[in-house]
Amino acid sequence: MLKDTLDSYGAVTRWFHWLMALAVFALFGLGLWMVDLTYYDTWYNAAPDLHKSAGMVFLAALVLRLIWRFINPKPVPEVESALERKMATFVHVSFYLLLIALCVSGYLIATAKGQPLNVFGIVRIPAIWTHDGLETPAGMVHRWLAWTTIVLALVHAAAAIKHHLWDGKRTLVRMLRG
Amino acid sequence: MKSPTFAGVMAVAAMSTALLASFGTSSAGAAEYVIDRKGAHAFINFRIKHLGYSWLSGRFDRFTGNFSFDEAAPEKSKVRVEIDVASLNSNHAERDKHLRNKDFLNVEKYPTAIFESTSIAPLADGKAKVTGKLTLKGITKEIAFEAEHVGGGKDPWGGYRDGFTGKVSLPLKDFGIDYNLGPASREVELTLDIEGIRQ
Repeated sequence: MLKDTLDSYGAVTRWFHWLMALAVFALFGLGLWMVDLTYYDTWYNAAPDLHKSAGMVFLAALVLRLIWRFINPKPVPEVESALERKMATFVHVSFYLLLIALCVSGYLIATAKGQPLNVFGIVRIPAIWTHDGLETPAGMVHRWLAWTTIVLALVHAAAAIKHHLWDGKRTLVRMLRG
Repeated sequence: MKSPTFAGVMAVAAMSTALLASFGTSSAGAAEYVIDRKGAHAFINFRIKHLGYSWLSGRFDRFTGNFSFDEAAPEKSKVRVEIDVASLNSNHAERDKHLRNKDFLNVEKYPTAIFESTSIAPLADGKAKVTGKLTLKGITKEIAFEAEHVGGGKDPWGGYRDGFTGKVSLPLKDFGIDYNLGPASREVELTLDIEGIRQ
């Protein structure tokens, strides 16, 4: 089943979920690693290029994922307590907002001086908002959003495991097998 | 053959008056100037070798400064320039961001660079050796360089201007910048092109 139903996640949603989860951690690791590279490291230029390119592909995937989510029925959360439902919704919405802000702030670092962002040498995304010195605050925001996202991802994973093991729900199975 | 002589006399008279007038003001001592930042007739540029293969240049977009200048007694001149280090601009956002952070200029901690002359020793041809204190990244060092009086005089809008140029080579290490940019890139060249408006 490709599409979501009221009580199951379809294949498209599941692939989006796991590929993007992988991408979040990969981009985070790549980002942390690349800012400490020095001038004479082979990856000094290539790592940021890869990070930026992959980040923009990620943003495109995120937009498609949100569209997919809105044209599909939303599976009902399995947790029963109202508080846990609220928390789950809060975490899910936060992910979307954080990831969008993360991509946008990253894009702003690269384009602050009007240079286009080159995605794998194929697509050039033009600068939209240029401002004197914008790259520095954009970089700070990008860093904090990245850490927040990773912490939230761990909370999200811990919660899913808790619902699955302690509460005896199908949480993990729903996202793995549908 | 009548008017040319008359015109000639008048021209000489006008020039003499102008000369006298300018001598009149300069003999009163050194005049004070403010660097024309508003009209952007002043530039602080830097350049450094990239891998030893080419020159990379950039500039500081924001700075203020003033100087006093007495053409008759240049040794009495003084200059002071204050640079907003964060305004550095090399036409590449990510590089500029890197140059502002702790690896290089640490502008958050050291937002201002100041140069203040301590002595100016006239040389021939409108040149002078300028010695002074440069504070950059919290480190104050005495530096000396040759500067040249490019020109000066009335501007078309009722003011009076004088302009100078000077260049100095600074070892990055002297100002606490240890980042390895390679053996060819251990010094940065700083060029000061300033025009001041007499106050």
